[in-house]
Amino acid sequence: MDVLIRNLGLLINAILIATPPLLLAALGSCFSERSGVVNIGIEGMMTIGAFIGACVAYFSGNGWLGFFAGGLSGAVLGVIHAIACIQFGADQTISGTAINFIGPGLAVFLCKAIFDNSSDSPALDTAAKLPKMFEGVFKSGSFGYNVFSTYSVAYLSFILVLVVWFVFYKTKFGMHLRAVGEHPQACATLGVNVYLTRYICVILSGFLAGLGGAFVTLATVSQFRPAVIVGQGFIAIAAVIFGKFKPQGAFKACLLFGLCNGIKALLGAGNAVSPNLVSMIPYVVTILALVFVVGSTRVPAANGKPFLKAR
Amino acid sequence: MSKKNSILSSNAFYTLISIVIGFIVGAILLSIAKINPLDAYKQLFNGVFGKPKFMVWCLIYAAPLIFTGLSVAFSFKTGVFNIGAEGQFVVGSLTACVLGILIKAPAIIHVPLCFIGAALAGGIWGAIVGVLKIKKGVNEVLSYIMFNWIAFYLSNFVVNLGIIHKDGGGEATKDIAETARILAPKSIIAATGASATNYGFILAIIFAVIVWFIINRTTLGFKLRAVGFSNTAAQYAGIDTGKSFLTAMAFSGALAGIGGAVQLMGMSGRISQFSGQEGYGFQGITVALIASSNPIACIFAGIFYGAMKYGGGKLSLVNAPAEVVDIIMGIIILFIAISSLFKNIFLNHGKKGAV
Repeated sequence: MDVLIRNLGLLINAILIATPPLLLAALGSCFSERSGVVNIGIEGMMTIGAFIGACVAYFSGNGWLGFFAGGLSGAVLGVIHAIACIQFGADQTISGTAINFIGPGLAVFLCKAIFDNSSDSPALDTAAKLPKMFEGVFKSGSFGYNVFSTYSVAYLSFILVLVVWFVFYKTKFGMHLRAVGEHPQACATLGVNVYLTRYICVILSGFLAGLGGAFVTLATVSQFRPAVIVGQGFIAIAAVIFGKFKPQGAFKACLLFGLCNGIKALLGAGNAVSPNLVSMIPYVVTILALVFVVGSTRVPAANGKPFLKAR
Repeated sequence: MSKKNSILSSNAFYTLISIVIGFIVGAILLSIAKINPLDAYKQLFNGVFGKPKFMVWCLIYAAPLIFTGLSVAFSFKTGVFNIGAEGQFVVGSLTACVLGILIKAPAIIHVPLCFIGAALAGGIWGAIVGVLKIKKGVNEVLSYIMFNWIAFYLSNFVVNLGIIHKDGGGEATKDIAETARILAPKSIIAATGASATNYGFILAIIFAVIVWFIINRTTLGFKLRAVGFSNTAAQYAGIDTGKSFLTAMAFSGALAGIGGAVQLMGMSGRISQFSGQEGYGFQGITVALIASSNPIACIFAGIFYGAMKYGGGKLSLVNAPAEVVDIIMGIIILFIAISSLFKNIFLNHGKKGAV
């Protein structure tokens, strides 16, 4: 029984570390997609956030500062995506593809430029990482230690789900953002500023994706490496689709996919179950969801369609 | 239309501007990183044109990119955005690799077998997405992205299987049989000096012409383009749009799959376990955009990208990160994507001037 509880604790711990980056990015993706702008650049935004986060934390010694800076760097890419898609009516998938070239390219470029041509940033001290909660309260290795003595951002990201849900469904801005993703023309007629709403949403999606990326380097990995994000941005997008473009749905999907990543981390290499097969689960599950519950997984009506003001 | 307007309305003009802007942004970043951009670009230029051997290497690098470029260009022409070329490339390469290792046959059978296997694998990978789109109404961009990652992990999984995996450690497969390689004869390799000189580039040119012919000179191509141009109008004209999409997506996938085989059988000879996507499919999107989806232009856009990739690898000689190439390419795509609006602005101004 003790062993079972301890293993359960370990699994929950793994989930608590694997879920926040997906969740932060997925909440960001919800904003962008629901406002009618497809953002497949989430992956690139996470990668730049991962690097800037690690870099700022390394030089300042402050994990929170790094975390915030990571978010801002993602937001900068968000601004680029927003200008291209909203102002210039660019194809949103192509613009997102461009972001996925620029984000990781810039991250490794800057890393090499700053850290003496190395594509990995130096390892962070524990003090420069994000802080853990309840240090010293629980016995190391116990169930409570594994579940509660973890990064506070993990729990904050869960609280953020509630906040985003509230914004989406209980505020005027939330109503506007959902409406401009469905019928921008009607919104414009009623005096809703479609451009402004979409700008806010896309930049916010970049900011949250950047935070998600920064969590990876500031909590999970403790340094930047080019392959540190690999696919997590796309898992976040998958979670949003699986969660029917709702923040609460994306949350459940992220927990499920976080469990997959958690299992992978626990299993490590050289086990009976191939980590590569476990890694496939989020994508396969999302395809199945698209196929079998397609009726309810309705993409926002104006998603991917540029809205150009009548001149 | 005046001469000035015909220049302002041509895609090539905006592509050229986008490329220039890409290099300018790259230069700014290099300056910020305290690297003289002129030195870096000179290194890039010499890395490409410095020796005939370098130029041959650029063509070797270009071959798989021309294939993924053709794949994406074909899909654009038929109204689909094949962002899944990445995954189709991977399964094509993987299939060719498995066949290249496990089958024993003379080259005259082995080589076509690997190519057919790769084309089928890529075609099926694309067709699955097509079926989901037609039968279940699943957005193809989303499922392409999912299938890219499934292919990625599938490849890493197969690489580690006992019968495929290289004996004694390492994270790669065995080398494929010599009979499955498409390397040029030893005399030609000795003449060019590039150890991986192969027939891939010639194949790429042949396929570019085939794709051009299918799109522009056949009834099938006309139907596919009609559907791509206006789905509803084509339906009204009696074209089975579902079947049309499926054909286009399968063919586009097959092209990317063959690209994977060309890369494997021409260059690498084995597949390694990768920590991240290699990006041939996404680079193909860039190639297709630079070529404005024209199959023949894909050859030149592919050479451009191949040269940037090969030359970029030598930037480390002047301590410049090779990743500047990715950034330049990203900026180029971004500006091509927004160029349609510039076009409208310029042309409208032209009209006002005429009045």
